[in-house]
Amino acid sequence: MQNGSIEILGRGTGEIFASIDPDEARAYFRAKDKSLRNKVMYVREAVKRFVHDGDYVGIGGFGTNRIPTAVCHEIVRQKRKNLGFLGHTSTHDFQILAAGEVFDRCDVGYVVGLEARGLSPQARRYLESGKVRITENTNYTLSMRIKAASMGVPFILSRNLMGTDTFAKSASMLVRCPFTGKKLVAHPAIYPDVAAIHVHESDVHGNARIHGITISDLDLARAAKRLIITTERLIQESEIRRDPAATDIPYYLVDAVCEVPFGSYPGCMPGEYFSDEDHLREWLEAEKDPETLRSFLDRHIHSLDSFSRYLDLCGGIRRIRELRRKELLFRRQEDEDE
Amino acid sequence: MSEREASHNVMELMICAAARLLEDRCTVAVGTGAPCAATMLAQRTHAPNLTIFFEAGGIAPILPEMPISVGDSRTFYRGVMASGMCDIMETCQRGLVDYTFLGGAQIDMYGNLNSTVIGDHSSPRVRLPGSGGANDFASFCWRTLVITPQDKRRFVPRLDFVTTPGYLTGGRSREEAGLPEGTGPYRVITNMAIMDFEESSRRMRIVSVHPGYSVEDVRAACGFELLAVNEVGSTPPPTGHELSILREEVDPHRYIIGRA
Repeated sequence: MQNGSIEILGRGTGEIFASIDPDEARAYFRAKDKSLRNKVMYVREAVKRFVHDGDYVGIGGFGTNRIPTAVCHEIVRQKRKNLGFLGHTSTHDFQILAAGEVFDRCDVGYVVGLEARGLSPQARRYLESGKVRITENTNYTLSMRIKAASMGVPFILSRNLMGTDTFAKSASMLVRCPFTGKKLVAHPAIYPDVAAIHVHESDVHGNARIHGITISDLDLARAAKRLIITTERLIQESEIRRDPAATDIPYYLVDAVCEVPFGSYPGCMPGEYFSDEDHLREWLEAEKDPETLRSFLDRHIHSLDSFSRYLDLCGGIRRIRELRRKELLFRRQEDEDE
Repeated sequence: MSEREASHNVMELMICAAARLLEDRCTVAVGTGAPCAATMLAQRTHAPNLTIFFEAGGIAPILPEMPISVGDSRTFYRGVMASGMCDIMETCQRGLVDYTFLGGAQIDMYGNLNSTVIGDHSSPRVRLPGSGGANDFASFCWRTLVITPQDKRRFVPRLDFVTTPGYLTGGRSREEAGLPEGTGPYRVITNMAIMDFEESSRRMRIVSVHPGYSVEDVRAACGFELLAVNEVGSTPPPTGHELSILREEVDPHRYIIGRA
């Protein structure tokens, strides 16, 4: 063991797609306007102002759970290109962005699949086309890389990845611990240029609450240089100040607050509504043929001017009511009584 | 239905065989599908004090039904905590989690798994989802259980991509790579048999065959040479009690057991 130095034993060949420099991030955060101010705006404006071509983008939630669907649609609608993407447990969000072909590099933790629902044909075509540069990670590796950024450091250590091709195609390094001599893997931080997170409640300044599992969103909110919050509902600042322990994301991290009721649809929103499995199946079906996908995207994204039109198209409040009953485990009988 | 005459399909048998491996009071990191069904069955039969973890943050839920996603609201329904991914993975990394369940498109004789690509990584024939949490769980949890259908396409001599570590190249290679001591694949449960891993070579070995299959059948459906214990047992079929819990409480809509 070499005292005082970390010995490098191996390195993955994967690319680092976003800055890992904590001083660059410090300079950015120093200059950022951290004042308590009203940031309420439409999703259209938030994406226009805060998501730029070439940005490295992170999407919160867990694939079909508490996802900022409206932001994903808007990125596709505004035809962003050459984005880098944080493929952290990314399923329906990945499906939307892959359908728009908006990214050209991707950190893969979990992508392409929609868990037990099967693989997205379009996401497969896109990644198999060679149009996207890929660095392999694991879900936890990406959680840690965001955590490192939220800590304000350039890398973080763990004991996964070792001995595998996932490591060989990662951007991580195998190192020896200067204290114990054990092998560890060092993962470079990821400071996303922009992230979007859907929450249950937020005030107009961006003080936000998540009910239920937070996945990696507490760190993602802190790691991202710019942050778009979409919220099921706006609440008053006095409510935030009544119970500060309930706040998950403080205002000074946030650049835009967009009120998007049912904004995780067709994903699940804990305590609010369950995922729309029929509509997710429609997506997978439409993707089988590129022509069909094109008209599907026209119908569901490009020809619409907002997310609420999409909800109307998918069955509107009636459909949401069914999904709410499913989420709350109401019996079928009660559905039919209405 | 009497204990003896319970007729069952192969998915039900696999789920029951997996459930029996989970002791009461153990801790398990699970995904959706058959592993979740096995864990729910164990909890409702011999292991009421088992603790369930989901990678997205759900801890010790009382599952009202099978989750569709490992991050949906069922995964922390009446749980003790709604946490996050780092907390769950670090609970595993600290050594608190006994079991995890994994699967994959390919498995080799050392229990390594591929869920990343079929073909070459730079120009794959099929791009698959990647590790997800599999590499993490397999690195950190004490015992990895694999539930998978068995055929030569899946049980291959050489993986196209080692996504998730089993015993790597056998012997002590897993520990030498740096992975925590005392961890690794524990059992592989297929539609034909249950396998473990021989202690020194760390090669996959038949422990028991399911009713209707012989050791030769199992070997014929495997792309590499399978070892076998001296006296290969016969996997006990599901009991009537297990089947009724599985069919009535765990998977009443037959999402999983209907796949057989």
